[in-house]
Amino acid sequence: MSWLDTVVQGVLLGGLYALFAAGLSLVFGIMRLVNLAHGDLIVLAAYLILVLVTALGLNPFVAALVAMPIMFAAGWALQRLVLNRTLGDDILPPLLVTFGLSIVIQNALLEGFSADSRRIYAGGIETASLAIGPVNVGVMPLLTLASAVLAIVALNQLFYRTSLGRAFRATSDDPVTAGLMGIRPNRIFAQATGVAMVVVTIAALYLGTRANFDPATGPSRLIYAFEAVIIGGLGSLWGTLAGGIIIGVAQTVGAAVNPEWQILAGHVAFLAVLLARPRGLFPRAVD
Amino acid sequence: MSVDALSSFRVTTGTRASGAFALVAAALIVIAFAAPLFVSRSVIQNLFFILTMLALAQNWNLLAGYAGLVSVGQQAFVGIGAYAMFGAVILGGMDPVAAIAVGGVAAVLLAIPTAFFVFRLYGAYFAIGTWVIAEVARLVVAQWKSLGGGTGTSLPRDATRSIWGQEAVAALFGVRGPHAADIVSYWLALVLVIATIGFIYRLLRSRQGLGLAAVRDNQDAARSVGVDALRLKTLVYLAAAFGTGLVGALIYVQKARISPDAAFSVVDWTAYVIFIVVIGGIGTIEGPIVGIIVLFLLQNALSDYGSWYLLLLGLIGIAVMLFAPRGLWGFFTDRTGIELFPVRRNLIVAPGATPDKGGPHG
Amino acid sequence: MTLLQTRDLKAFYGDFQALFGIDLALAAGETVAIIGANGAGKTTLLRSVSGIIANAPEAVTLEGRPIGALAAPEVVALGIAMVPEGRKLFASLSVEENLLIGRYGRDVAGPWTLDSVYGLFPVLKERRNVPATALSGGQQQMVAIGRALMSNPRVLLCDEISLGLAPVVIRDIYAAFPRIRESGAAIVIVEQDIGQALRVAERVYCMMEGRVTLSGRPGELSREAIHAAYFGVHA
Repeated sequence: MSWLDTVVQGVLLGGLYALFAAGLSLVFGIMRLVNLAHGDLIVLAAYLILVLVTALGLNPFVAALVAMPIMFAAGWALQRLVLNRTLGDDILPPLLVTFGLSIVIQNALLEGFSADSRRIYAGGIETASLAIGPVNVGVMPLLTLASAVLAIVALNQLFYRTSLGRAFRATSDDPVTAGLMGIRPNRIFAQATGVAMVVVTIAALYLGTRANFDPATGPSRLIYAFEAVIIGGLGSLWGTLAGGIIIGVAQTVGAAVNPEWQILAGHVAFLAVLLARPRGLFPRAVD
Repeated sequence: MSVDALSSFRVTTGTRASGAFALVAAALIVIAFAAPLFVSRSVIQNLFFILTMLALAQNWNLLAGYAGLVSVGQQAFVGIGAYAMFGAVILGGMDPVAAIAVGGVAAVLLAIPTAFFVFRLYGAYFAIGTWVIAEVARLVVAQWKSLGGGTGTSLPRDATRSIWGQEAVAALFGVRGPHAADIVSYWLALVLVIATIGFIYRLLRSRQGLGLAAVRDNQDAARSVGVDALRLKTLVYLAAAFGTGLVGALIYVQKARISPDAAFSVVDWTAYVIFIVVIGGIGTIEGPIVGIIVLFLLQNALSDYGSWYLLLLGLIGIAVMLFAPRGLWGFFTDRTGIELFPVRRNLIVAPGATPDKGGPHG
Repeated sequence: MTLLQTRDLKAFYGDFQALFGIDLALAAGETVAIIGANGAGKTTLLRSVSGIIANAPEAVTLEGRPIGALAAPEVVALGIAMVPEGRKLFASLSVEENLLIGRYGRDVAGPWTLDSVYGLFPVLKERRNVPATALSGGQQQMVAIGRALMSNPRVLLCDEISLGLAPVVIRDIYAAFPRIRESGAAIVIVEQDIGQALRVAERVYCMMEGRVTLSGRPGELSREAIHAAYFGVHA
């Protein structure tokens, strides 16, 4: 395997990690909430897509479209009923509640689907590949990266071109003054978490079609997502994409040296960035 | 205000309940040490589980409840403590009991560079940062081929058959070797719990403890009156790592079999611990004690229901955090005013002395 | 007729009582000034009316309807907009976005649109795409006023708009008030600057230590009376 090939595969893998991370980045940027159940919510969405595919015989991509509004509603309700109650100056409640949620989701999935690993079959597209110059590129990884770029473009449009996006940013700046504008922060937060869950559903589609997953898959995905967000700089979506790609390339390069070093190499890259640039590569001017 | 008037005030941390409790606690400790005389081996094993989880919970509570450092990566120190103990026994030929100390030291040695990384992260990101460190430690240890790599290994039989004190206990109590080893482990766990609680209690009543409370309440204000927040937090982080490493090593002396996935398990060594502290009452010494009792009862009641048990525990943890954030013990204290380990300073006014009315210029 | 009224309005910050029963009335289209020293309770009064601080329902009424217990977003929707003390512009939003967000909770037809606000403060149009906090203090105050106007309010609450600004800038900003009044909005101006308040207002309330100590038309109040009401009898 050539080094060029290794790096290209890493960049494509980074697209998946950026999708994992975009929702986390969005929610953190708006309400300074770190959701420790984020990885488990991705896995939950993957099971939802799996159920839609097997029960209704839907194509996975169609199933993901069906799952999006369901996940939006779930995220909206989760924020409205649970997470909004935890927001405030004290960091303990949101951390401990989302950590508890993570354990609850994992064990509920374990009860419902057993510990067996599953996979969403996408009808052969998983094995298709394209020759781009000297490297062979899988169609699915390519679609993943394209989806990540599209998701980030769409989120940026939402953020900077719509009334809801203005309300997101205003609430993030100053919730009290936002109230004077007629913005209800709790509703804005619920909508933001709903949007994050739509991105989570896209991430789940690729998580589930590219590799096996089981109820315990979530936490490691949370860690990759978190690393991508920190590397990119808190609150910058393009930075998050860059962060995902750095983790992805580090993993494929590590794996090329020694297959057992794949995951470790990603973590080491994260620690190296943290050491050199504690605020990430693209920190926000206003924080 | 004259010096005379000042002398009629006294600052104390004691309460009436705490005085009575000190006597009860002393009696309990004596009974606990004597327990192997009159309870079965399975009870000793249950008590060992309770005591080691309590020690882990007290250490996590010191971090999160008193220093505001919410770690979800304490499994790093359990794992490294356990593996260092295994290394000292298998590669260094040490006695497992002596090797427990190696586990504690190894945890501190891991904590020093770790602190350097995670203290760059604030709040919630600190939490996930500690988790990353634990993952790195797990993956690196899995590369340690002489200790079994990813599949793990067991303590050699001749090491587990003759740990310090085992023969004497076997002779004294008239029990077989493995039973005697459990009794030794149990006593060590008891000593660890008493030492941990004693250390935390003394720390909280000291000047540093007061500084810690100030940092938790308002870091900037504490700094402005001369409290070195970073130094205090680092101290607490290293102390908790040492304690957690010792407990990890002790747990695996008793288990005698190790693997990276088990020794660095976030569920076993951090999730349960967090639920113990949150349900019992975070930020109090009594809370983890209440929490471990609740956890043990739930575990026995729900042992046949598999993952429903953790599911329920998660839901209880969430409910407590939302509706009774100070836990069961906080709920109890609010209603009764009883504190067994009082660390708050109370101003006692001697009879006859009338304090001046408050106000900025008093 | 009375548009906005407070009756025996009391406000607390924890155990600390900041207002001790304020009675105040505002007629439709009227401009009223509230003056007083630092800590007199002026800002607390506006925060109570705008819904940032919750009160007894009957303590504040709009056309007889009790609104004292409503939250800020509900109060804005009824047509009471606030220019908060210190401007409180959104740093992540451009000048134009700050204006647009002003009608988030009350998007009604009326005299105030992006164009008419730019007509009132032409300098903002030139700098519409700049981050709001990059403007000068006076221009930021114009954005804050424009942002409140975008909801086409029936009552405009202005908290200390001259604070920290140079006299010439203050004059420019107050020059816009006649046009705001012509648009039909009733205005409540909270000021420490007595001279400015007396020039622009039809009626004046003077507050001290959480109570109204004097009220009346500017022409009918003597300097001495205002002085005593402002600083207390010891002054």
